[in-house]
Amino acid sequence: MSELFRVEGLTKNFGGLAVSRNISLSMPAGERLALIGPNGAGKTTFVNLVTGQLQPSAGRVVLSGEDVTGLGAVRRVRKGLVRTFQVTRLFSEMTPEEHVTLTVLQREGKASRILSRFTGNSEVAGEVEGILATLGLLDVARRKVGEIAYGQQRLLEIGIALALRPKVLLLDEPAAGVPSSDTPKIEQALERLPPSLAVLMIEHDMDLVFRFAKRVVVLAAGEIIFEGLPSEVAANEKVREAYLGNYAYARSVA
Amino acid sequence: MQVIAQTESVAAAPSTGSRWLRDVTGVILIIAAGLAGYWLFPDNLALLTRVIAIALLVLSIDLITGYCGVATLGQAALFGAGAYAAGIACVNGVTEPLTLIVIGAVAGSAAGLLMGTIMLRAHGLAQLVLSIAIVQLFHEAANKASAYTGGSDGLAGLTVSPLFGVFEFDLWGQTAYLFGLALLVVVFVVLKFIVSSPFGMLCRGIKQDPIRIRAMGSFVFPVLLKMFVISGAVAGMGGALAAISTQVVGLDSVSFELSANALVMLVLGGLGTLYGALVGTVIFMGFEHIVSSINPFHWMTMVGALLIAVVIAAPGGLSGVLERISGSGRGKKGGRA
Repeated sequence: MSELFRVEGLTKNFGGLAVSRNISLSMPAGERLALIGPNGAGKTTFVNLVTGQLQPSAGRVVLSGEDVTGLGAVRRVRKGLVRTFQVTRLFSEMTPEEHVTLTVLQREGKASRILSRFTGNSEVAGEVEGILATLGLLDVARRKVGEIAYGQQRLLEIGIALALRPKVLLLDEPAAGVPSSDTPKIEQALERLPPSLAVLMIEHDMDLVFRFAKRVVVLAAGEIIFEGLPSEVAANEKVREAYLGNYAYARSVA
Repeated sequence: MQVIAQTESVAAAPSTGSRWLRDVTGVILIIAAGLAGYWLFPDNLALLTRVIAIALLVLSIDLITGYCGVATLGQAALFGAGAYAAGIACVNGVTEPLTLIVIGAVAGSAAGLLMGTIMLRAHGLAQLVLSIAIVQLFHEAANKASAYTGGSDGLAGLTVSPLFGVFEFDLWGQTAYLFGLALLVVVFVVLKFIVSSPFGMLCRGIKQDPIRIRAMGSFVFPVLLKMFVISGAVAGMGGALAAISTQVVGLDSVSFELSANALVMLVLGGLGTLYGALVGTVIFMGFEHIVSSINPFHWMTMVGALLIAVVIAAPGGLSGVLERISGSGRGKKGGRA
């Protein structure tokens, strides 16, 4: 399959500390990639670098053949590079319906209209309903987000991302903090992601990783120490070392 | 369990229809209260017109503080820009009242654009300090440009033409008051549309989490700047109304003190509802009027005590209390419109 997304030599130093070291990887359309690694390995930093929340010290981010490294976070989202957050970032006073509606309107370039009605566009409403239905959120569509279960909030994070019609989706621990009884719902939502979408998922739940990912990348101390099939990762010596601690700390810049 | 959740969800979210009804009721109440003031206090119409002008200023703060989360102590810069622009235009022969209101709105918008461009470079406390600096600069500029503004003597000699060529701005202030009330109602309805629009939703999102809004693919700065311009138009119309009704523009209309008082009125009434701005202005200025005539030296102490009581007992402001009382009367919880 042809390449959709690529990072080349992505490096980030905070002072003398290298939190990302020369990371390169590429993803075709339809990719299901899991990015794993011990705490402090630089996984979320990697997502921040890719989505533009952080500027890299060196390296490039390429989407559909276009270098987007110089673009800010908002422009990258508009190009189709979309993320979810490890800790949900939602508006507690708004409903799931309002979140997704706002996102769809934004994507259509209608979110800054001052005299049109927020609801009432049947096309938008139909799309919003479709997204919420796919995620099983219709029952709570009109409740304030502050009142719905955390697992549902995590699903809504995915819903917002999908409403942006991304090409590449970066899921930062989509099941973090969700009670295990609700994990199957998250997993179901992940299975239903559009087949052409390239997905990179950070996750600690290894069962979820093995069921979801076609490919696994292991990050330790800011660098890639393994890239391969899920079935090979457990047997890899370096990975085992990393999880036992030798790689677990960021190293200073050589 | 599922059934319970569903029923609750319907109850928790007011439908578009019921929100519409709430807003229509709200507007009717504003008109009714305004007309009641007209009949009950015929000798105080000048004061009531001043209340309306200040209410427009407080509404304009609600737009950027209540809906966007940008606190300001310099909003009188926009009010004063409108007042002086209308005043100067009037002295120079533009005397048609509706035109003067439009001039006030345009001047306020321009000042809002300038103020927003500067303030939005900073965040938090620095932003608040910038707002104070800006209103002080406006104040100083108005003082120095005395050839146009009358400086510390004020800009006097405004003679406004009759409204629609018929209704004179008389000594009793009846025309000015009814004109102000109509202006307030129109502005309020337009603002209700604006805060319920996609743009209004976007602003509320920015207030709570700008990073989330960026991750949704929307820039934050232009959205907030747009709200500053709208806010400037509203404050500028308030200033123009004050100029038209009192026929004089003083340096106090572009002061830090007025900015701070207006923010106090907003906090008193409650942020982010538009109603709170009106309730807060009426209560603050009514309180000021009554208490200052009883005890002209310590009325601000009383206002301070009232504010502390409200902030501690009703953090949502007085309009929140009113909403809760009326909400419990109807047995359901109302959402913000």
